[in-house]
Amino acid sequence: MVLVLVVAWLPGLVFAQGFAGLGTTPGDFAVPSRDTVLTFPRDHGAHPDFRIEWWYLTANLTGPDGTPYGLQWTLFRSAMAPRDGQGWEAPQLWMGHAAVTTPEAHYVAERLARGGIGQAGVVADPFAAWIDEWSMQGDDPGALRLTAAGAEFAYDVGLVAQGPLVLHGDKGYSVKSAAGQASHYYSQPFYAVSGVLTLPEGDIPVTGTAWLDREWSSQPLAADQTGWDWFSLSFDTGEKLMGFVLRGAEDYTAATWIAADGAATALPDGAFVARPLAQNEVAGRVVPVTWQVAVPGRAVDVTVTALNPQAWMATSVPYWEGPVTIAGSHGGVGYLEMTGYE
Amino acid sequence: MTRTILSALFSHWWYNPLQVFTLLAGLALGTALWSGVQAINAEARASYDAAAATLGGGRYAQITAAEGAVSLDTYVALRRSGWNVSPVIEGRLGPVRIVGIEPLTAPGGIGPVSAAEGADLGVFLGGGQIFAKAETLTRLPDLGVTGVAAPDVAPNTAITDIGVAQRLLGRAGEIDRLLVGEAQPLRRGPLPDGLVQTAPQDGTDVARLTDSFHLNLTAFGLLSFAVGLFIVHGAIGLAFEQRRAIVRTVRALGAPLGQLIGLMAVELAMLGLVAGALGVALGYAIAAALLPDVAATLRGLYGADVAGQLSLRPAWWLSGMAIALGGTAVAASGALWSIARMPLLASAQPRAWGLARQGSALVWLSAALLGAAGGLALWGTGLVAGFAMLGALLVGGALALPGVLGLGLGWAGARARGPVPQWFWADSRAQVPGLSLALMALLLAMAANVGVSTMVSSFRLTFVAFLDQRLAAELYISASDRAQAARIVAVAEAEGAVVLPLLSVERAVAGLPAEVYGARDHATYRDNWRFLLGEPGAWDALARGEGVLVNEQLFRRAGLTLGDPVAVAAGVSLPVLAVYGDYGNPVGQVVVNDAVFRAAYPAVQALRFGLRVAPDGVPGVQAALRDRAGVADGAMVHQAAIKALSLSVFERTFTVTAALNVLTLAVAGFAILMSLLTLAAMRLPQLAPVWALGLTRRRLAVLDLVRALVLAALTGALALPLGLALAWALLAVVNVEAFGWRLPMYVFPLDYLRLGAFALLAAAGAAAWPAWRLSRIEPVRLLGVFRHER
Amino acid sequence: MLLHVRDVTKTYPGTEAAVLRGVSFDLGAGEMLALTGESGSGKSTLLHLIGGLDSADRGVVSVDGTDLTPLDDVGRAALRRGTVGVIFQQFNLIPSLTVAANIAFQARLAGRHDSARAQSLAARLGLAEHLHKYPEQLSGGQQQRVAIARTLAAQPKLVLADEPTGNLDETTADAVFQLLCDLVVETGAGLVLVTHSERLAARLGRRLHLRAGQVT
Repeated sequence: MVLVLVVAWLPGLVFAQGFAGLGTTPGDFAVPSRDTVLTFPRDHGAHPDFRIEWWYLTANLTGPDGTPYGLQWTLFRSAMAPRDGQGWEAPQLWMGHAAVTTPEAHYVAERLARGGIGQAGVVADPFAAWIDEWSMQGDDPGALRLTAAGAEFAYDVGLVAQGPLVLHGDKGYSVKSAAGQASHYYSQPFYAVSGVLTLPEGDIPVTGTAWLDREWSSQPLAADQTGWDWFSLSFDTGEKLMGFVLRGAEDYTAATWIAADGAATALPDGAFVARPLAQNEVAGRVVPVTWQVAVPGRAVDVTVTALNPQAWMATSVPYWEGPVTIAGSHGGVGYLEMTGYE
Repeated sequence: MTRTILSALFSHWWYNPLQVFTLLAGLALGTALWSGVQAINAEARASYDAAAATLGGGRYAQITAAEGAVSLDTYVALRRSGWNVSPVIEGRLGPVRIVGIEPLTAPGGIGPVSAAEGADLGVFLGGGQIFAKAETLTRLPDLGVTGVAAPDVAPNTAITDIGVAQRLLGRAGEIDRLLVGEAQPLRRGPLPDGLVQTAPQDGTDVARLTDSFHLNLTAFGLLSFAVGLFIVHGAIGLAFEQRRAIVRTVRALGAPLGQLIGLMAVELAMLGLVAGALGVALGYAIAAALLPDVAATLRGLYGADVAGQLSLRPAWWLSGMAIALGGTAVAASGALWSIARMPLLASAQPRAWGLARQGSALVWLSAALLGAAGGLALWGTGLVAGFAMLGALLVGGALALPGVLGLGLGWAGARARGPVPQWFWADSRAQVPGLSLALMALLLAMAANVGVSTMVSSFRLTFVAFLDQRLAAELYISASDRAQAARIVAVAEAEGAVVLPLLSVERAVAGLPAEVYGARDHATYRDNWRFLLGEPGAWDALARGEGVLVNEQLFRRAGLTLGDPVAVAAGVSLPVLAVYGDYGNPVGQVVVNDAVFRAAYPAVQALRFGLRVAPDGVPGVQAALRDRAGVADGAMVHQAAIKALSLSVFERTFTVTAALNVLTLAVAGFAILMSLLTLAAMRLPQLAPVWALGLTRRRLAVLDLVRALVLAALTGALALPLGLALAWALLAVVNVEAFGWRLPMYVFPLDYLRLGAFALLAAAGAAAWPAWRLSRIEPVRLLGVFRHER
Repeated sequence: MLLHVRDVTKTYPGTEAAVLRGVSFDLGAGEMLALTGESGSGKSTLLHLIGGLDSADRGVVSVDGTDLTPLDDVGRAALRRGTVGVIFQQFNLIPSLTVAANIAFQARLAGRHDSARAQSLAARLGLAEHLHKYPEQLSGGQQQRVAIARTLAAQPKLVLADEPTGNLDETTADAVFQLLCDLVVETGAGLVLVTHSERLAARLGRRLHLRAGQVT
């Protein structure tokens, strides 16, 4: 019932009222600007004058027997008013999502918290992001310890960055629609991971790679945009690709080509192509879980396949999020996020 | 053409307003009875669902501070160590209970009002909304907060954000308790010192008994439905019989049969709608009049506020309309079918309203239904079978009525001396088909009354005995920990109380979830506990540690017999000495001797105690425990108060039951009145010759009145066994299926006599007016019979 | 030919003897026929067959060129309200409608109500001051006049009358009978009148006598 409450009641919360809710006008909130220069460590922290923000970490992991796993740790911030505060009256709300995906199972947990009382928050230096006992923290985002737990699973892993931060779009100013809606968006796609997953069958030591996305905005979508399909792909060559399709009256795409050394190139609308190849019924909906992804300018033409098609996030606002494998012109692994499938 | 036909159909009602009145009133009363009972039931259920949902109390484990309030820092620290807990603050603002919750962490089901109109979490969290029933909102002072009417919130309770509640109550930063969610993450830190966690309550024994109260009401709803259906059926059948002549004429003049039937169906649907609306309104009035008693009943049982006002719930008024329309449709389909098959040239005389022509089929159907009821009683399992048995019993009994009446009247007629008595019995017998539906309604009403009042009274006797058994000690005390338990024992003994430690562990017994209790050998138990089944000397054997007592639930579910060994602890198996009633308890229970228990479970220490104190010493002991052992008032239960409360609850239950009894009888009386009025016109050809032969109109009228009483008395004689069978079915079949325990049945002959007197009164009241009309009938109308007959 | 009856046979279920055995006759427009016979001779049954109130086992009944045999209830109902008008011995008025509404009833069903015609009929039949009364407030003769007015107001081509004066005293019966004949003549309809009165039968142009279900 509380979940129903949240969906029905949280106009400000991320994804609320369906993904189209992200197209509401910014009002008194700050608006991303092309002129903003991202500054670190300050911008690792929260931006309470923007309506929404997230710290979004996904990891592709492998167990000792070679079994692939996926891991997600997300902290969303949603503001009801463009200010911070102390006590119950603070207008900042927090939502945490954690998940572990195996080829056979998908474990999900969710947390909700008020700002202003210390139950959840983010500080930039030394870096700490937390909600309840879940946390992502370290002296700086280059070396983090990440923990979360649900009723059936838990994880505790270390992250060490192997490359630089990557700014998407125009130096971190990422346009989301032809009408100019935008966000501030940067990533750390070069984490090496090692740690332990605790699943019903026992503790599993894992290693792998992780990708952190940081994004904040006040009106990231145009009014007609209903959802997105977002890909973070790590190729065996060491190159990486971030690309998304925003579904609306006209689809809008944007992508970043990341060289093995971290050099980023923004790809314009249309340069990134993603086409569903196979649909699956997931949680009563039809969701595409196999995709053809192509960047003709970079000779990329690959098939992206979900490790577990049932990686449905049955949270307050449901969406699909799970690890994928890549085959075709390039091999590799990555993560796929699909929102707005009703 | 449609309009012309309709004009003929409708003109009948204008011309015979009494007939349309009886039709509408019959339908409306049947609907009212049903929807009234449903309204009470729905309201009561919704009220305590809301109460349970809002309070959250009991359903979740709770954490409180050993002293004072829980601080915000403690709450956040608990969350950050992995505890899925949610803060609650409560207090009173004038007459209204304010509950402050934190909606983002509240466990499922305690949040307010999922779908309240105008709910906006942003505003709620921002300190701007308070949820309550509309009538509660009017009792709140102006708080600078938007009130949102939310029918699901418990009565007299307002829910708001914890931040707002803290401000309104002037208790910034304080938290009364933390609700512990059912799902907890894998990793969780230890509970810090100074916090006390209490397990969820599975409902107290007393509270669980209210389920039976509801079953009672549900059964009454079913019975009133049956009575209502018979009345609706009768009213519709009547309306058709009276219009056969018109139908024939209109057809002869060229109206097609199909169109005529279609229009009559439409007409009936309209009447059904009107009557249904009237009935629902009437039912609402009935419910509104009775609800305060029901509300008080439930308030007594739950200690929580229950709405004393009705809200118009779509579920019940829709069901009321459905009954009116559905009943009309069922009744009309038969009548329309008969019209459709009526030959155009058949006699258009209205036939007696009834089932005479299907006499033998009726007997078979009745026998089949009664047989099915018997079969279900013997071999049926499950609640559905229980209710099916109830239905088969009722309908079968009702359908047997005409046959039984015919036999009884025939028997009397054969022994009658003199022409008038002979004519009286023969004529009475001839009336049975015409009156059968009304008499069936009377039969069902009486049987329902006998059944339900037997059930309620049996329930009360059992319950009182049970209270004596379970609440034998004057005071019940709960300790928060072992240290306090020791202090309690010391203080209580110093005050001269006898301390009965209540030792228990949960353990699977005979493969079923159960509790094992250790009982000290004390007169308290011997004097108050009653066995359903037991070996002589069971108490002595128990005291020697040579056996156990088990409750009825365990005894039935595990299929035990006396003397069977029961494993009460690892390596300890003792024979069953006796079985006791344990009404309301969902799980099995085993009582062993105190010494046996301590030997088997040395680690278990008593945290609950019964104290035997002289009744006037109770306040003194309570004060001493409060002052010297630090026992909170809420941890002390005064037995006399609970008993008084429980008994007053039953008094109110009786008020409701009695009111419904009178209502059903009144409705059945109305059905008789309608039938007699219909028969009055048809009977003139039978009465006229008797009148012509020398019986005065007055004498005829008196005989009619006597006939009504005789028929009612015979019906009552049949209703008594049917009602007792019904009570037996409710107590011994339905209750066992629903709750796993059987209520002993007691009979109350005086109540039945009074009920019989009421039924005769209803019949006499119904017959009075037709008889009066007969006594004043114009002789020319009686003469007309001879003139028209050729 | 307005009415054509050929070889009509009718047996009621449960009885051995046929009520009608091979009855045949014709009737032209404007013709008036008296149907006489003992009780049980089958004359009422014959009238019901012609009026579409019942159906023959064998033979042909055709009214105004329409064969009644294949008609279903809807077709028979259309015949009863449009082509044929039946006047019953028991009047069969609708007790809950006023005299005026009763007179207009069949014409309304047939969709040819003409209030001027209805009023003049009522006047001819001496009902003018009774129009707002209910049937039970009228005498038997008045009620039968209402029934006649009801039938004629619908302008049937064939009027069937089943002992229309059988419930009336002799003086009233004569007056009602004369009015019925006059009005039928004026409308040019055909008339089949069942009666057991030799006196009345003699006053019509044609006569058909039934004995044991056969024309004699």
